Amino acid sequence: MSDQFSELRLDQVSRHFHSTAGASVAALDELTISIRRGEFVALLGPSGCGKTTALNCVAGLLPLSGGSIWLDDRRIDVLPPERRGFGMVFQNYALFPHMTVSGNVAFGLRMQGVSRAQISQRLAKVFALVQLEGHEHKLPGQLSGGQQQRVAIARAIVIEPPLLLMDEPLSNLDAKLRLEMRSEIRRIHRELGQATIYVTHDQDEALSLADRIVVLKDGAVQQIATPQQIYAEPANLHVARFMGYRNVIPLEVEAVDGDRVIVTGMKLRLHGTVKQPLKGRQVLAAIRPEEISIGQGGTNVIEGRVDNFEYCGRDALVDILMDSGLTLHARLPAGITSGQPLHFSIPPERVLVYPREDGA
Amino acid sequence: MSATPQRLAALPRPGLGTAGLLVAPAVLLLLLLFVYPFVYGFVLSFAPIEGDWLSNYHKFFSQSRLWRTLPTTLELALPVTLINVGFAIPIALRLRRKSTYQRWLTTLLVIPMTLGTVLIAEGMLTYFGPKGWLAEVLQFLHVYDGPIRLTHNYWGVLISLIISGFPFAFLLILSYVTGIDPQLARAAATLGANPWNQFRYIYLPLLAPGLAITFCLAFVQAFSVFPSAVLVGAPSGSTHVISIAAYEAAFEDYDYPLASTVAMIMGFAQLIVVAAVLGTRRAFYRGPTAGGKG
Repeated sequence: MSDQFSELRLDQVSRHFHSTAGASVAALDELTISIRRGEFVALLGPSGCGKTTALNCVAGLLPLSGGSIWLDDRRIDVLPPERRGFGMVFQNYALFPHMTVSGNVAFGLRMQGVSRAQISQRLAKVFALVQLEGHEHKLPGQLSGGQQQRVAIARAIVIEPPLLLMDEPLSNLDAKLRLEMRSEIRRIHRELGQATIYVTHDQDEALSLADRIVVLKDGAVQQIATPQQIYAEPANLHVARFMGYRNVIPLEVEAVDGDRVIVTGMKLRLHGTVKQPLKGRQVLAAIRPEEISIGQGGTNVIEGRVDNFEYCGRDALVDILMDSGLTLHARLPAGITSGQPLHFSIPPERVLVYPREDGA
Repeated sequence: MSATPQRLAALPRPGLGTAGLLVAPAVLLLLLLFVYPFVYGFVLSFAPIEGDWLSNYHKFFSQSRLWRTLPTTLELALPVTLINVGFAIPIALRLRRKSTYQRWLTTLLVIPMTLGTVLIAEGMLTYFGPKGWLAEVLQFLHVYDGPIRLTHNYWGVLISLIISGFPFAFLLILSYVTGIDPQLARAAATLGANPWNQFRYIYLPLLAPGLAITFCLAFVQAFSVFPSAVLVGAPSGSTHVISIAAYEAAFEDYDYPLASTVAMIMGFAQLIVVAAVLGTRRAFYRGPTAGGKG
C-alpha cells in the first residue's frame, strides 16, 4: 500500500444524511479536487461545514452517498478503511490506552506483517523524526498533550501511507504548544513529502501549512486556491468573512468600469474592486481591519472618531465611529487614544465588492 | 502528583461521627443478616450431631451422593457462564451504537430478567416439554420426529439458566463496551486492522477486566442454582446440585450442622473460582478506556 501515487482524485464526493424531519441534508456536496503527490491541502471552514465528513469519506470511515475517489486509476471508495492504508491523525488522537507508545506506533506495521527487526528499525527512525526518544515504554496516559500528539503523528506516518489525513490535530492543545506543533507538522511534511489532507477551522493554521486551501460552508465548496489567493482575493463573501474581512458594508453601485467600481451609501463614496459578477446595484463592500490606515492620501479617505480600543501589544484593534453611525473595525498603531477624530484611508484594490445576496 | 496529599489534607473532612452515623444502618444490617448467620453456620458446621469436629466434612467428601454435587454443579455453572458471557460479547458489540433498533432489541433481550425462575420454568415446561409447542411444531413440519427431551434433565436446567442469566451478562458487558471510545477501533482500521483484529487487539484487551467481573457474577449466580434444578431438572439425578444437597440435609434430614457444612463448601468453591478469575485481571490493562486527554 505504501507504493507512491501521482494523484488522488475526489470526484463529486457527496455525503447525505436524513434529518429528523425526513429531508435529505447534504453534509458534503459534490467535492471535486485532485491532490498531487506531496501536496498539502487544508480543508477549512466553520464547525459543521462538512470538512471532517470529507476526511472520513476519504479515510473510509463513512460511506459516500455519491461520487467516487480514485488513487490514480484505482477506485478506492469501495474499499474498507483497513485496505486503503491512509494514515490518519484523529482530533482526540485515539491512542490505544492499553498499549505503550511503541505498541501504538508499531500497530500498523504489525497489521502489515512487517518483521520484528524491521519494525524496531522503523520505530527508531520515526521516534527520531517526531522527537519522542525515551518515551517508548510509557503508556499514552503518562504523556502530555503535545507528546500524545507526536505519538499520534508517528503512528500514522510510520506505515508510510500514500496519503496522510489529519483531523484538527492541534485543536486540543494550548496556544503556545499549538504554534510549536504547527511548525513540527510543517517540518515533518517537508522531510517526508507526504501528501496530506488537513482539516481545520483555524485560518492561520491553514494559511501557514497548506499548499492549497479548500474553503467549505454548509457542505459546499466556496473556493479552492493557494493561501495567497484565498487571503487576498476571497471568491465570495463567505470566504471573505471567514478570512478576516470584518467590515462588510451594504452600499450601492454608482459606476462600473471593468473590475473597478465606485460604491456609495452610508455617507461614504469608495473606489473598490469587483471580485464576483455583480447582479444589480445592491452590493456589499468587504474591508479587512489591517487595510485601514491613518492618513489623508489616496482615493478613499474617510473621517471618524476612535471609539473602542483593544490593546494587542504591537498594535491595537480599534472601532472607528463615523457620522453616519457606521462602525468600522481597524488595526492601528498602538499609540492611538480613544475619542480622537482622525482621517483614514483605504487602498481601492483592498475594497472588495461582492453582490448582495439574500441572507448575506 | 506530589501536591495531592497536602491538598487532600487541607480539605475539610467530615468528622468520623457523621460518617459513622451514615454508615451505621448498613453495617448493622450486614452484621445481622450476613456476618452473624455466616459465622453461626461456620461454627455449626464443626459441631456435628455425632462424631468429632471434622466428621461433617469427612462425611461430605466420603459419600458420593454428597461430593458428586460439586462436579454436577460445576458442569452446569461453567458451560452456562461461558455461553452467557460468550454470546453477550458479540451481541453487545453489534448493539453498541445507539439507534431505535438497538433500543428495541436490548429491551427484548433484557425482558427475561424481569421474569422469576419459577415463571421461566413453567413456560419451559409448556414450550420444551415432550408434548410442548416446540415438539408439536417440529413434528408437524417433519423436521425432527424423534422424542424431544429438553425438560426434567440437564438440558432443561441449562436452558433455564441461560434464559435467566443471559440478560444480566449482556447488560453488564454492553455497559463495558459502550465505555470504550469507538474512535479507537476506527484508528485501528486506518492502520490496517480488519474487524477481527480490531476486536482482538482493541476491544478484547480493553474489555478483559469487565469480562472477568461479569464472568464471576454470572458464575456465582449459576452455581447457586436451586429452583430450576428442581422444576425443570432431575433433582435426584443429573441435576442434583449442591444447593439441593444443602436443602435435603436441612429440611429432610433435619441435620443443620451438615447443611451448614454443605453451604460452607459451596461458598468456598465459588470463592476459589472467583479468586482465580479475578487473579488473572492483574495481567490486564485497567486504566481508562478512552484515548487522549479529556
